[in-house]
Amino acid sequence: MSVDQNTVRRIARLARIRVGEEELPRLESELNAILQWIEMLGEVNTDNVEPLTSVVAMKMKMRDDVVTDGAIPGLVTANAPKSDDNFFMVPKVVE
Amino acid sequence: MTELTRLTIAEARDALASKKASATELTNAYLSNMEKARPLNAYVVETPEQARDMAKASDARLAKGEAGALEGIPLGIKDLFATKGVHTQACSHVLDGFKPPYESTVTANLYRDGAVMLGKLNMDEFAMGSSNETSYYGNVINPWRRKGSNAALVPGGSSGGSAAAVAAELCAGATATDTGGSIRQPAAFTGTVGIKPTYGRCSRWGVIAFASSLDQAGPIARDVRDAAILLKSMASVDAKDTTSVDIPVPDYEKALTGDIRGLRVGIPKEYRPDGISAEISRLWDQGAEWLKKRGAEVVEVSLPHTKYALPAYYIVAPAEASSNLARYDGVRYGLRVDGDDITSLYENSRAEGFGREVKRRIMIGTYVLSAGYYDAYYVKAQKIRTLIKRDFDEAWKKVDVILTPATPSPAFAPGEITDPVQMYLNDIFTVTVNMAGLPGIAVPAGLSADGLPLGLQLIGKPFDEETLFRVAHVMEQDAGFTARADKWW
Repeated sequence: MSVDQNTVRRIARLARIRVGEEELPRLESELNAILQWIEMLGEVNTDNVEPLTSVVAMKMKMRDDVVTDGAIPGLVTANAPKSDDNFFMVPKVVE
Repeated sequence: MTELTRLTIAEARDALASKKASATELTNAYLSNMEKARPLNAYVVETPEQARDMAKASDARLAKGEAGALEGIPLGIKDLFATKGVHTQACSHVLDGFKPPYESTVTANLYRDGAVMLGKLNMDEFAMGSSNETSYYGNVINPWRRKGSNAALVPGGSSGGSAAAVAAELCAGATATDTGGSIRQPAAFTGTVGIKPTYGRCSRWGVIAFASSLDQAGPIARDVRDAAILLKSMASVDAKDTTSVDIPVPDYEKALTGDIRGLRVGIPKEYRPDGISAEISRLWDQGAEWLKKRGAEVVEVSLPHTKYALPAYYIVAPAEASSNLARYDGVRYGLRVDGDDITSLYENSRAEGFGREVKRRIMIGTYVLSAGYYDAYYVKAQKIRTLIKRDFDEAWKKVDVILTPATPSPAFAPGEITDPVQMYLNDIFTVTVNMAGLPGIAVPAGLSADGLPLGLQLIGKPFDEETLFRVAHVMEQDAGFTARADKWW
């Protein structure tokens, strides 16, 4: 499988990365080189093989459903580039 | 004073215990080395004040006879580990100014045992790279150079700062992480020892996530004993990481018995691809010979899906990365580049904040997870992962440990490899270990014809780091690797 410039544009949009028109040809060829190399996996018969979900056989741990942390809004927003009164500031989302 | 930085962690521990040196003297010696070694660009941030405070506290505990296992030992910390109140950016522009209000479990464990932090170490951005050329803070330069040459070489990656700092005596040991080879490959390129423990051995809490099913923390150290000492402190079960495993952490140093009689060592035939360098091939044979002479039995094994591990990795790792890195949105932390609306704020911040390699991987990951391609790519890769793990499970029926080369070549020059796929091939011998969640250790075993370090890798059964340390220790003795980089900086 390979990608064309339209697909690159679409992936960039999905990934929320602005990509300029001038960058499209380079990205197209780089992504295709990687995808072409990955094609090699097609040689492997994976019928009746279960996909791996955990490398270490272990049971999912359970813990008590209790609050272990919180009530620290100041620390949560301390690294925000824009915040006000412990709220994150974003451009207007709802008209 | 500079003599102090020659000491291994084990030697420094003895010097501190017998009052031949103080923790403050030791820390100051390293701080002075760091200052002189800035051309290597191994540290992105030095924290001398904090280091001196920590050393002073260590001296107080030493005086009271309350020394921890790493009391007063100065360490460098990879920039991927969250360190409370200290620069933590995974060497990315997108995390500009980020200072976490919490400490990673691994570094907290090290401090609990008395370790001193010297600063944050350079790395490939978000641990994506094999040459430390993708850092927002510039390349790390390998302390090693080719015989008779002044040309700069890469230290490997992504833990390039960790490896260079250990090799150049800018710390007694360093934390590192390994998703596809990021501990073992730079260790091999710098003549240091690096171990990636079994997935789940160290807590990932506070380690900035790249590919969560592959990431593991581990140490880079001067020798096998030091790596054993460091891993003992770093490893723990942790309620904050449900994938950390509740198995007691052994005293790894006790495993260094020097006795490997009767041990079965596997040599995987698939690790000798066409075009492997004759030097590396010879070193590998030599390694097997050393172990045989010590009474181990060397057996050929087959890991038939080896060649598919790397392409499968380049589906799984970018897929997980695209999801993990979705959090960098310009709102909660780091770089914000404003836009007309919320979407353009995201798009602008991420376009400016991420470097080329990171963007490439996020886009590959986004593509392979997108509607219509998920089964063909992601599920297929996870199935191949099952086959890779099965190969190892079969091998463990015949052998206790597997010996392979660590890298297909010695260190190369910055800018020498520009094709992404060529760069990815650096991890050809290490990536299978991550895909199967196994422990692997790189040990310096010899020098190339032009005088550069070459490493061998030992792969172990899950949670059998003790056997890895035991065999690595024997190999280290027989290799007698004492060469050091000439101090040109």
